[in-house]
Amino acid sequence: MITLKDILTRVDGELLTPGSPLDIPCSKIFASDLMSDVLTSAEPGSLLLTGLANPHVVCTCALADLAAVVFVQGKRPDAAVIEQARSRSLPLVATRLPMFEACSRLAALFGRRSDDR
Amino acid sequence: MTDRAVLRREFPVKGGDFAKAGVVACRIKDLLKELGLDVGTVRRAAIASYEAEMNIIMYAREGLVKLAVSPRRVRIMVDDKGPGIPDVDLAMTEGYSTATPEMRELGFGAGMGLPNIKKNADRFRIESGVGRGTHLEIIINANGHQP
Repeated sequence: MITLKDILTRVDGELLTPGSPLDIPCSKIFASDLMSDVLTSAEPGSLLLTGLANPHVVCTCALADLAAVVFVQGKRPDAAVIEQARSRSLPLVATRLPMFEACSRLAALFGRRSDDR
Repeated sequence: MTDRAVLRREFPVKGGDFAKAGVVACRIKDLLKELGLDVGTVRRAAIASYEAEMNIIMYAREGLVKLAVSPRRVRIMVDDKGPGIPDVDLAMTEGYSTATPEMRELGFGAGMGLPNIKKNADRFRIESGVGRGTHLEIIINANGHQP
């Protein structure tokens, strides 16, 4: 099982919501800057990778039962958005990696785990 | 088994108030969770009400979201004071959008809102006309289909 801790390590990420549990499962990945697509197509329990760092991202993910959010390319939401995420128990991660690199690393992680099975 | 509403709430939504976007949908989600509805039903109601709330914020002057929950279903009625939709069939087409660039920068306005409400509903009705605003009725059956 791939957890948020594995994701954090793989993308050299920083946890923006200290205290969030790192052992939550992240079995699916959805990458998009379009919240309309998240609402339409992301499965519950997915991890979202996005370059958008506004309050609507947190709201969308909380409503659609996503597991956590990774902000790519050094994007960071402001303190109010982070607090909003904490209140909805949504872990937030920031990475300096660009979207493609972050997705590539996670694809490799998921590929390796499925090879192990 | 009775199907009378066990909870009714009304939530006003102000057009253009992007800072408050999602407040109503989050409140609805919390209420449904507190009532003990299954996670799939709660999720579908949360997504449908968020899409409807965003549509009021993006396009109307104001609107009202009315929630009625019975043991068997969640009913969400939406009335807005907006410009109305000239061609409802076109508006229900995935990808058709009249969103401004500002709306798109926020991650919305991809022309998926109304189709996504319908996708998450077990019954969906829309009435709209130019100058008359838009009325939605969204029924989500408890333990109903998953989109």
